[in-house]
Amino acid sequence: MTWTSIFIAGILTYFTRMSMVTLIKKEMISDNLRKILNYVPSVVFPSIIFPGVLLDDFGAFVSISDPKIFGAITALVIGFFTRNVILTIVSGLSSYWAFIFIF
Amino acid sequence: MRSKYEIFKIGIKDVAPHLLSVFPFGIIFGAIGIELGFSPLFTYATSLIIFGGASQIVFLQLLSGGASSLIAITSVGVINSRHFLYGAVLSEYLQKLSLIKKLFISYFIVDQGFAVSNQYFKKNPTEEFNHYHLIGSGIILWFIWQVSTIIGIYLGSIVPEELGLKFAIPLTFIAIIVNELRKFDHVLVMLISGLAATFFYNAPFKTYIIISPLIGLFAAMIINKLKK
Repeated sequence: MTWTSIFIAGILTYFTRMSMVTLIKKEMISDNLRKILNYVPSVVFPSIIFPGVLLDDFGAFVSISDPKIFGAITALVIGFFTRNVILTIVSGLSSYWAFIFIF
Repeated sequence: MRSKYEIFKIGIKDVAPHLLSVFPFGIIFGAIGIELGFSPLFTYATSLIIFGGASQIVFLQLLSGGASSLIAITSVGVINSRHFLYGAVLSEYLQKLSLIKKLFISYFIVDQGFAVSNQYFKKNPTEEFNHYHLIGSGIILWFIWQVSTIIGIYLGSIVPEELGLKFAIPLTFIAIIVNELRKFDHVLVMLISGLAATFFYNAPFKTYIIISPLIGLFAAMIINKLKK
């Protein structure tokens, strides 16, 4: 039963990936729609980032002095100025660890 | 005009920094699967068949917590529904490909690969073989995800939980959005969707993950209307 559910979940996930790629034809995308689709990364990723930083494992708000907030702000600042993926991730993680292990 | 192989390598190179977070996340996932009481084979099978990080964790957590298969499957579908948006964005660039190629490439559409390949497509819209960028970024992400899951299954306990490596996931996505932080409209839309996600986080079936982007897109639509 659970094995069946992995396969169904897999097929469902694959469907979310292939459906738009195979179904949408170029002429279906108007200039207006294209402009809106431009925002897709800017709407999807913050929807993962915000709860990941602001909430704990149980969905409750973390305190303002939580290491995650400190790490996220560091990553944002470093990322904003350097636009470098490695520096962003490393600076975020190391400041997060510094906060946990030193302070 | 770049060759297929060159573009394939650029795809790998562009997504490589994100492996810094994907790799530990895969280890964490493998370890969680075993911790929850699933067999190594069952845990690994989700990485091969579902291939969607966060959705796999939720899937195993729900099943081990006694939820019905229907609920676990529905949650996976909802969490992964963001791929509809990725597919819609990418469709334009994959237009010219045969159905078989589209079906093949689709399996490799994941968050980080979509993000970096979409940036490449926007800069090089006329490259004949630009889909090889998505194949490159997708295959390396797939490979690292499979390997790290297996490492996590067998060695997961060597990673101390105090390290809080789960935090690498929001960080990898922060590294993606920093490119748009200089555009006011994008920042506004980010704040709206991020706050919506925080607000709807406890909605059933993890629906926040698709509700909030849709709210954000609706806001983007209004902003574009006002700009005219």
